[in-house]
Amino acid sequence: MGAHLPILPVVLPLVGAMLVPIVTLASRRAAWPLAVGAGLLATVAAGAGLVSVALHGTTRYAVGGWPPPWGIEVVLDPLSAFVAVTVAGVSTVGLLAAGPAAERLPRHAPAAFYALALIGLTGFLGMVVSGDLFNVFVFLEIASISSYALVASGGGPALPAAFRYLVLGTVGASFYLLGVGFLYALTGTLNMADLATRVAGQHASPLFVGGVAFVTVGLAIKMGLFPLHGWLPDAYTHAPAPVAVLLAPVGTKAAAYALARTLLYVLRPSDLPVATILAWTGAAAILVGGVLALRQTDARRLLAYSSVSQMGYIALGFGLATPAGLAGAYLHILNHALMKAALFLSVGAAALQGRGPAVHALGLGRGMPVAAACAVVAGLSMVGVPPFGGFFSKWYLLEGTVGAGEPVLAGVILAGSLLALGYMYRFTEEVWLGGSGASPTPAEDAPKGGHAAPGAGGTPGATPSAVAIGLVILAAVTLAAGLGNVALVGVLAPVTGLR
Amino acid sequence: MNYPFWIAIGLLMLGLYTMIAHKNLFKKFVGMSVFQTAIILFFMLTSVKRGADLPIVSAGAVGASGFMNPLPHALMLTAIVVAVATAGLALGILIRLHATYGSLEEDVIAAGPAPADAPPAPGAR
Repeated sequence: MGAHLPILPVVLPLVGAMLVPIVTLASRRAAWPLAVGAGLLATVAAGAGLVSVALHGTTRYAVGGWPPPWGIEVVLDPLSAFVAVTVAGVSTVGLLAAGPAAERLPRHAPAAFYALALIGLTGFLGMVVSGDLFNVFVFLEIASISSYALVASGGGPALPAAFRYLVLGTVGASFYLLGVGFLYALTGTLNMADLATRVAGQHASPLFVGGVAFVTVGLAIKMGLFPLHGWLPDAYTHAPAPVAVLLAPVGTKAAAYALARTLLYVLRPSDLPVATILAWTGAAAILVGGVLALRQTDARRLLAYSSVSQMGYIALGFGLATPAGLAGAYLHILNHALMKAALFLSVGAAALQGRGPAVHALGLGRGMPVAAACAVVAGLSMVGVPPFGGFFSKWYLLEGTVGAGEPVLAGVILAGSLLALGYMYRFTEEVWLGGSGASPTPAEDAPKGGHAAPGAGGTPGATPSAVAIGLVILAAVTLAAGLGNVALVGVLAPVTGLR
Repeated sequence: MNYPFWIAIGLLMLGLYTMIAHKNLFKKFVGMSVFQTAIILFFMLTSVKRGADLPIVSAGAVGASGFMNPLPHALMLTAIVVAVATAGLALGILIRLHATYGSLEEDVIAAGPAPADAPPAPGAR
């Protein structure tokens, strides 16, 4: 078992995904605990991997016993183990909290919902732990196709959003594949470690330039980096509430991780302006996403544009590529996943009561004080208030901009926090005080099951305990990630170089 | 000499143009499929060698130089499976879109769902 540890985070959700439909034949109620259990096991396996990496260093695992560079390799190093724990953990909380809402999904749901969510989790985790460029493409598509299907399951306005997501996502994945083809034609290998050594002296080749360009643009589309974020706002707005909780936190992060892995550790295009472009598009994303989030009246769309803004921070950190900048970007992968899961979950909790999705109709303060308090914690983390996690990732990013001698980028980071203060203040205020009108505003486009009518099942006014538990876990980990930021940076030190 | 690569690039551009230029979602889907196929063709071309044999090792085989590279073929087998899954899902979404909106034209869909008993919008496919 121990020898197979690196592959377990990928295998366990996949097995869970296959078991869910079978178990559902016997009992409809068994799907939820099974899915949560599979996610939990994957989280434990990823956590054990992180501990093992922190103690014994990088672990390599040859899939099927075929030795790399010919076989596919799974690599757990501090970065991949850290992101794997983030993805698995946040997804498990999402699966737990999705239960009450998934009960209301139409037709063959919730079995299909849990199976697709677990396949998606398999894909995201596979992208993170894989040490093979083509294997990353395969897992990317596994994750993407299940994401498209999950978004489309909302019906109504989710359908055009899902189709747009599918077309743009496929273009992104195809660009990535084309870039991998260029790099394969140049080096004759797909193994990341092997390719990193072989590509070192070939930076002048047009195949290298084309490969870097296509891989970067392809993954930038998948991570929703402005101006390639076209699919993101509609997909997150119209996805059913439990789907948004699962996809919004981790979907873009896995692609961001793949971008960091290929650019910073495999290709290292030091003589191409890729880092500069990433840093400045990231800065543009922070500002444009923030300004657009300020203008939104739909809470889900507000959070989606806030995601565009927050992904900008991560891209900016990659672009800086200084130790502090990288540490900030990697910490922000964790912190943004936590805060965005909590915020989408609070919108989902409001939807369970028939409130929202308009920001002014959220009103969780009465009846759901726990959910409202956790949303405030996530909001504070987003703005960057100590001691929550978001403060420290932005702090390290600021340190990175100062170290790189980029005062303008430092100003953008601060301006982005001000914008976040603007939209999160409005959001959290309405979470506490909003929805005071006699009748909650019905959803304009109420997707079946996503936003049920007031009082449609469940006790109006009470937070379902699973949702409350999920929110409390997310808020607690947000706080812990802030207080324990030195330890996290210490774990990541071998990949960031920050002591 | 490398004209097959130009065909791959031409198909790639054609697919991309179709996705951008057409407002009909089914035509966008066709453009997407052409785009994916162009990449498959590109990978195939990287394996081709003049005067090379099929990569089946027989008795008395002499080095790799006389054989075509089988790896791109294996990779593209996977990519084709991915493309088929994407196509199936895209067509499924398109069917439900047509059932909901009565059309696959982007501007008709943007105007909102069709009333349940209305005939399909003019120009609907």
